Amino acid sequence: MLRVEEIYKDYDGKPLLKGISFEVRQGELVCLLGSSGSGKSTMLRIIAGLEEPKSGRVFWNNLDYTQKSTHQRGFGLMFQDYALFPHRTVAENVAFGPRMAGRSKAEIDASVEKALATIHMQEFANRSVIELSGGEQQRVALARALAPDPCLLMLDEPLGALDHNLRTELLKDLRKRLHDSKKPVIYVTHDQEEAFALADRLLLLNEGRMVQKGAPEMVFKQPANAWVASFLGLGNLVPGRVIASNQVETELSTLELAVPAELAPGTQCMLLLRPQDALLGERATSLPGHLRAVVRDSVFQGDYYRLEVLVGSTLLQVHSQEDFEINQPLSLAWSQSTLQCLPLLGTAP
Amino acid sequence: MRRTGSRAWLLWLLPLAFLLFFFYQPLLAIFRQVFSERFNQGWQFFSWDLLTRPLGFTLWQAFLSTLLTLLIGLPAAYLFARFDFPGRKGLRTVSLLPFILPTVVVATAFNTLIGPRGWLNILLMNLFNLSSQPINLLNSLSAILLAHVFYNTSIVIRMVGNALTRLNPHYDEAARVLGANSWRVFKEVSFPLLMPSILGAALLVFLFDFTSFGVVLMLGGPQYATMEVEIYNQAMNRLNLPMAGLLSIVQLAFTLIITLLQNQVNNPRYGKAALSSERNTLVKPKTRLQKLTIVLLSLLVIILFVTPILSLVSRSLVTFEATRGERGEIETGLTFRYYSELFQNRTGSIFYANPLAAVRNSLVFSLLTMLIATSLGLVSAYALASSGKFTRWLEPLFMLPLGASAVILGLGFLITFNRSPWNSGPFPMLIPIAHSLIALPFAIRTILPAILGIPNSLREVARVMGAKPWKVFREVDFPVLLRSIIVSLAFSFTISLGEFGASSFLSSPQTPTIPVLIYRYISQPGALNYGQALAMSTLLLLTSAAGSLLIEKIRLPGEELF
Repeated sequence: MLRVEEIYKDYDGKPLLKGISFEVRQGELVCLLGSSGSGKSTMLRIIAGLEEPKSGRVFWNNLDYTQKSTHQRGFGLMFQDYALFPHRTVAENVAFGPRMAGRSKAEIDASVEKALATIHMQEFANRSVIELSGGEQQRVALARALAPDPCLLMLDEPLGALDHNLRTELLKDLRKRLHDSKKPVIYVTHDQEEAFALADRLLLLNEGRMVQKGAPEMVFKQPANAWVASFLGLGNLVPGRVIASNQVETELSTLELAVPAELAPGTQCMLLLRPQDALLGERATSLPGHLRAVVRDSVFQGDYYRLEVLVGSTLLQVHSQEDFEINQPLSLAWSQSTLQCLPLLGTAP
Repeated sequence: MRRTGSRAWLLWLLPLAFLLFFFYQPLLAIFRQVFSERFNQGWQFFSWDLLTRPLGFTLWQAFLSTLLTLLIGLPAAYLFARFDFPGRKGLRTVSLLPFILPTVVVATAFNTLIGPRGWLNILLMNLFNLSSQPINLLNSLSAILLAHVFYNTSIVIRMVGNALTRLNPHYDEAARVLGANSWRVFKEVSFPLLMPSILGAALLVFLFDFTSFGVVLMLGGPQYATMEVEIYNQAMNRLNLPMAGLLSIVQLAFTLIITLLQNQVNNPRYGKAALSSERNTLVKPKTRLQKLTIVLLSLLVIILFVTPILSLVSRSLVTFEATRGERGEIETGLTFRYYSELFQNRTGSIFYANPLAAVRNSLVFSLLTMLIATSLGLVSAYALASSGKFTRWLEPLFMLPLGASAVILGLGFLITFNRSPWNSGPFPMLIPIAHSLIALPFAIRTILPAILGIPNSLREVARVMGAKPWKVFREVDFPVLLRSIIVSLAFSFTISLGEFGASSFLSSPQTPTIPVLIYRYISQPGALNYGQALAMSTLLLLTSAAGSLLIEKIRLPGEELF
């Protein structure tokens, strides 16, 4: 089990990581999600021992690994650019880890064979790695990282260098392989789709702080703050001010909803209005305090229409089952239970 | 294809004609000289000893010089590429300076350090109160090796250092994560990935040591003749042109082989893949061993690169001679006499070479070279940038002059053009032409990458918006190329100013260049001649250093000079 405690790290004299703590349990796939420059990759490099934290500690099975040399940790790390050794063949790349571990020739051959078989690339064994396509390189890099049987696997944006179609295809493949490996995995990405598809648990990193930890479903339903909702693209965010434990004042109107206890009256907050929960037309007019809107744009999305509507001076996105004319007036409401009031900063469990 | 089709071959015409007439014709003349002599007179001119002795020595000293250069250059390259320490930038600049220094300046500088009138002897004589010079390192193999190391370490630092900074740091890190300790990371990953650039640098250093002329002539003395010196000796002193020609052919064959080998190692298939645009970051030295190594290497760099230069400059300002007639009494003091003497004409002898005339000659030649080499380089680079059928056939023709040494060029010119109108009249046009041939490859290598770097779409946009071909060049290409053109101008000017090999064949006694005059002064006895050689060398040093700094300032970072 991996545990990192209160990791701080500066970069170019500025704080990059400001006290990061988390754990990864046996067989768990954890996605470290954050925008670029949030310090995700640096976190991986600290766990791998490639960089030293300014303070804080890294534990593996309760042993302090903070000062341990990289090559003695027995972790695996897959780089975003794969870093396949260009002067070695596919098989030699895969054999590198087992060779460094001092295994016998027969064992090395066996593990290379097995690793290449799992990625269906046996016939590539003696090819030069620079002849491989991006997807093939990605598979070889994964096989190389897994070959020495690391106790923890870390992947730094493994699909980042690939184009969109290939990503979707490889994502399925990667999900199966990572789960089959039964190893604890830390997967770094800035792509929430990848994270939702893979993760047992999400860790959201923003400006050097851990903003939220939890299962994807939980994060989706209960974003810890406005940044999480905005980063994950959960819906419309409308600034507001708490005026009572069940009332928030916004530029749209004053809305009634359950305000979390930590947001005292007078605090600035963000209202999350999810497009898919919007009630339109007659279903809205039956609710007290529904909004009057004008349709500005309607885009066919297959299962629904994505409408852009103007309420006062605020543009909102809502999903609709039927098409609307541009400039058509429209009644709009959200039921109290679907509205969420989020703190600007702060964390949720 | 960068320009539209059919007219690209026109670009080839001018540089090709120049090369055919001024490079391939003289080369052919050398062959003709050797073989016509062989058929007319038999092998009278030839003796095995005259070939094997200089060839053996040339290979031996080049091997030793290369080895020593790598021994100092590789750690220094690593140091400058990986560690951040006070004085790093200054030391690096100092270590890169020698590359552009004229051979005569380097030879004179070492003379002022280890020669009979040099500081080392003065120091020892003063310390132990001796009446004669205790050591003479001049005319020894050590002097040659020392000067070669001084010269070529900068090549290793540049080439290997560049590869080191551009080597993707993830390779090392991936190896470490996969369980490799520092030694195995080096042995299995870093070293094999750097090998092509190390081999490339080693071969280039070997080539430069192999074709070394001025340094060997001035520091090696009569018993240490390399091929180049022997060619000069046979042609100018023995007047045995066929033998000189034969030596040239052997020499050319060897340089060709080395150049081919170099092309081989320079293009490993994984070369490009291993280099990233991402630069390695410098780290502060941590362990005591690292700090100690840095201090020791910095000292070595200072001793090797700074001492000879300081020695030359200071010795040119100091008189240190026994007063006439009084043995043992030594007159010492600061003096500007060596400099002021440069501007005085004391004799009416026709053998008296006027320093001012030499300066004038050199400046005229250098300005001409600068213009010829850069304009030819510009046209050639455009021709090479086009990817027609011609390019593939003609490119080797352009790059061959690289392998030919200045001395061979001088010999070829001597054989080919020793007739009117070339040798008549007061103005030896041949020297700037020879210098242009020597500077041309450098000009091409400076300008070509800049041309290749201009996206063709920029030219197409200009054309679509109605620019005529000349306007396209004026508005799109020229502003981008301006930097490279200035670098090329400065480069060819500096090369010409310090060129010694070809000039020593082509300059007449009445029209010497600065390096030729320095050589003449320093080979003559007398304190004043010695002092004047130092004074001229110092002035040449300052000019070259200024040129070199200018080049470093304006050339684009990451551009390769070799």
